[in-house]
Amino acid sequence: MSVASYFETMEYGPAPEADGEARAWLARHDATFGHFIAGKFTAPHAGKHLTTSEPATGKTLARIAQGDATDVEAAVSAARTAQAAWAKLGGHGRARHLYALARMLQRHARLFAVLEAIDNGKPIRETRDLDVPLAARHFLYHAGWAQLQDREFADQVPIGVIGQIIPWNFPLLMLAWKIAPALAAGNTVVLKPAEFTSLTALLFAELSAEAGLPPGVLNVVTGDGATGALLVESPGVDKIAFTGSTEVGRLIRQKTAGTGKSLTLELGGKSPFIVFDDADIDGAVEGVVDAIWFNQGQVCCAGSRLLLQEGIAETFRRRLIRRMETLRVGMPLDKAIDMGAVVAPVQLERIKSLVETGVKEGAEKYQASGALLSEGCFYPPTLLWNVHPSSTVATEEIFGPVLVAMTFRTPDEAVMLANNTRYGLAASVWSETIGLALDIAPKLLAGVVWVNATNLFDASVGFGGYRESGFGREGGREGMYEYLKPKAWSGRKARAKASPLPTASGASAGFDVPPIDRTAKLFVGGKQVRPDGNYSRAVLSPKGRRLGEAGEGNRKDIRNAVAAARSAEGWARATAHNRAQILYYLAENLSARGDEFARRIADMTGVSAAKARAEVDASIGRLFSYGAWADKFEGTIHAPPLRGVALAMHEPIGVVGVVCTDEAPLLGFISLVAPLVAMGNRVVAVPSERHPLAATDFYQVLETSDVPGGVVNIVTGDRDELVKVLAEHDDVDALWAFGSQDASTAAERYSIGNLKRTLVDHGLALDWYDKAASEGPILLRHAVQVKNIWIPYGD
Amino acid sequence: MTQSVFIQNPSPLAVQSPSPGGEHVHSLPRNSGRALEMDWVDDIRINLSAAERRVASLPGRRTVKKDAQAAWLLKAVTCIDLTTLNGDDTAERVKRLCAKAKAPVRGDVMEKLGFAGRALHTGAVCVYHRFVGAAVEALDGSGIPVAAVSTGFPAGLVPHELKLKEIEASVRDGAQEIDIVITREHVLTGDWRALYAEVQDFRAVCDNAHLKTILATGDLKTLRNVAKASMVCMMAGADFIKTSTGKEGVNATLPVTLAMLRMIRLYQERTGYKIGFKPAGGISTAKDVLTYQFLMKEELGRDWLEPDLFRIGASSLLADIERQLEHHVTGHYSAFNRHPVG
Repeated sequence: MSVASYFETMEYGPAPEADGEARAWLARHDATFGHFIAGKFTAPHAGKHLTTSEPATGKTLARIAQGDATDVEAAVSAARTAQAAWAKLGGHGRARHLYALARMLQRHARLFAVLEAIDNGKPIRETRDLDVPLAARHFLYHAGWAQLQDREFADQVPIGVIGQIIPWNFPLLMLAWKIAPALAAGNTVVLKPAEFTSLTALLFAELSAEAGLPPGVLNVVTGDGATGALLVESPGVDKIAFTGSTEVGRLIRQKTAGTGKSLTLELGGKSPFIVFDDADIDGAVEGVVDAIWFNQGQVCCAGSRLLLQEGIAETFRRRLIRRMETLRVGMPLDKAIDMGAVVAPVQLERIKSLVETGVKEGAEKYQASGALLSEGCFYPPTLLWNVHPSSTVATEEIFGPVLVAMTFRTPDEAVMLANNTRYGLAASVWSETIGLALDIAPKLLAGVVWVNATNLFDASVGFGGYRESGFGREGGREGMYEYLKPKAWSGRKARAKASPLPTASGASAGFDVPPIDRTAKLFVGGKQVRPDGNYSRAVLSPKGRRLGEAGEGNRKDIRNAVAAARSAEGWARATAHNRAQILYYLAENLSARGDEFARRIADMTGVSAAKARAEVDASIGRLFSYGAWADKFEGTIHAPPLRGVALAMHEPIGVVGVVCTDEAPLLGFISLVAPLVAMGNRVVAVPSERHPLAATDFYQVLETSDVPGGVVNIVTGDRDELVKVLAEHDDVDALWAFGSQDASTAAERYSIGNLKRTLVDHGLALDWYDKAASEGPILLRHAVQVKNIWIPYGD
Repeated sequence: MTQSVFIQNPSPLAVQSPSPGGEHVHSLPRNSGRALEMDWVDDIRINLSAAERRVASLPGRRTVKKDAQAAWLLKAVTCIDLTTLNGDDTAERVKRLCAKAKAPVRGDVMEKLGFAGRALHTGAVCVYHRFVGAAVEALDGSGIPVAAVSTGFPAGLVPHELKLKEIEASVRDGAQEIDIVITREHVLTGDWRALYAEVQDFRAVCDNAHLKTILATGDLKTLRNVAKASMVCMMAGADFIKTSTGKEGVNATLPVTLAMLRMIRLYQERTGYKIGFKPAGGISTAKDVLTYQFLMKEELGRDWLEPDLFRIGASSLLADIERQLEHHVTGHYSAFNRHPVG
């Protein structure tokens, strides 16, 4: 091509970014890497390596170490050794280190960008303009939290050693999202990058050491899934933070169940991209490009389900297809492309086969007509039109440049279709009517909602999902809490083994007039109902005196209670003022019957009258506290770098199972139920197995306090049986299991079906009278999930 | 005259060097305008933030290097409306500009670019009515059209009758393109019928001269206003829509360009007519103009890179392009004084 011929054709021509520096770095290491442990590269213990290749050409790029148990333990032990000193360094000291890491990334920005593009296949534009600057921003932002930690997180301490497993789609950015908050909070890290894309993590580790990060603070162990599994199972790891597939997330949840390890999972998605008929259609078409043809569609929050209002569907299709024709797919280092290569042949095959399935199931396929490079893993931008909610491609995450489209008629139907998914990571809403857009955004069950935008990220705005998209948040204040634990909980002691149940003594009081029999039923949907099995269990005093009978709830009772809780959805929309009033009213009505409750507690537990009275008073106080919090535990307004705001809204999680302790049968019950109810959740509570009558007496308090039916449901019975039913129920969104190690383990292990959020005590007894440990934000934070709604504005 | 100037004076290079891949002979049917369709105005929705994101990411998505870059810049030269619109303009100053328009790039540089002997000139010369005659004379035989700014440029607040007379006078003096300014009040008060009627009147007296409607987007403020004004002007028969006079506080910007290009695309979808686009003011570097070219190609297509559908109102841009072109052929950075001024 000459100047003259370009002058005629006006083609773009090649515009390659130089890769000399990145290749030189590989050559310096003979393209062979060990693990990075305790501040230096360490050869793998078993001497085994994996090869990693360039997706755009298929050529081998380097050999990375395959980590085995010895390697993982060496890394964990290096992290453990470093952790105390790292925590002791203090917020300012760590802030300096994080600042240095941010500067290091900026200093070597182009090297990281080029290496990432080569290794992953994504366009240099993205690594240069998004991945690397966002990673640097993340370190800078978290340097700030480290600096402010003493003041802003004074009641928290670091968790310890964190095992982090990151995916291949944003290797460096996910590294930043994981390690910046962990290190800022005073933890040390063992990071396992994805086997396809480990190189930037190794470069980062090497340059971090040069930038003065102390040995052992950040360790990188490479390898395949087996190495990741070893890290998950390592007893020396206090927390696992994982980003990747929902399938692997489930395995991790299962493996860590009952171990006491805390867990953050950032998993898949099938995020809706909703366009109303009053949207800027060309703007929305461009939004689609950023939603699904960003990073070859290999984005967990990709807007992959296009929902179009019927009236504009045809116009939108036409304009989208025209736009697809102008997309350029090419070599990652070409500076004039929109899309690069898919990460690996196995992914390419998966995409191809899912698209075939989609077509077989009736979709019309449109693909950009431009020729693809013949070698390497390339797949064209693809639109599947006329897809129905029931087709495979509408429900399965494709994780490629494939958009599926369907239509809706009304805003309600848009919300219904958008939420008709197991996932809940992100959503995008397009409308030029502010009332409509801001009405729809909170109704979408997703952790991030973009209004007239898509795929915007910032370190100050938390990111993370609802439902099977995982739990925990990355970024923002909420992201810091994922790497901290409350000081008030660190002194908890293992619960003493419960004394054996007393033997029931003879009940007859001779020929005295007996008290009128009171057999407690269950409380479901605002009504007292007989247990499904129609069995009941005796409730005995410590001396074996029969105090009454409580219903023996079974799985069907739980099913009914969950259904009642689900249909009480209106509670989530009730005003905070209204919820506050009802909590105060509960306190008022409990207070009116305080003596009766105190007697009941004393009878059941054998405590003194004064102690029992104190429990009732504490319970009244607690209801008051949550009445107070109901309209004060609010979200925040973030100011990310754009003209606009991000609203971090506290939303109820939904239907929450609550399993209560035998200690403080009334106060424990109130302490767990009240924060959930205050935040708009609906509860299915299993009260103390041994002393259930305080909770069953509470039915009447609930009935007289204007609590809408279904908001609080109470099922008495066998704790271990009911916790498993709750954990396995896919319409329960979260489960709080207190009272025993077994209940904790069961809650975690059996909750993998819908990956519900769990809060458990691991058999450690909480002092319900200690407000610092059992009241306020310490529990409220678990009673909400943060939804970030991005609202760029301007006209 | 019954045909448009563009048919009489097609892009000179397209005639002289047919390309193997299909030449660009621009005998475009001229926009006849159409009845004012209020739905086409009321339907318009444009989101500023989304538009800004599109134009912000574009320079990262498209670039041209080496030979391709030289070719794109040379193409930009053919699209420049070389302009002088100052109070101290004189006939001699205008003649100097015309000389530059005929030979915008130094001969030795053209030769090294492989364009020896090819007559390449700017898209037009743009002056006030007073200098139309001088420019027509200076450009005689070059095929370069003279564009006259008109209708009480730049504020456009002289009586309507005088505006029409001004257009007629310029056409009489030989202007082949008339760059009119719209009455911003019509846009700011949403009086689309008045805007339509005004532009329709202008078009009627233009006769065969092409009508370029300057929206003065810096005065209109919102992209919504810009987009609606664009659509109304096209319905009223504009051949080009143009951003600015160069005298507003804010002149051509990329978001405004995007809004106008989308309206051009929509108008073409609805009527089949291809309307030209002219950003003016503030495009002063080679790097700037490339971004505009990328936007033209991406949003509208290849055809909109040629001077019959794309013009750039600029006075200092050419000098920067000349330096870049010299750098391309010599490998070292150039200086302004090495290139003849206009």
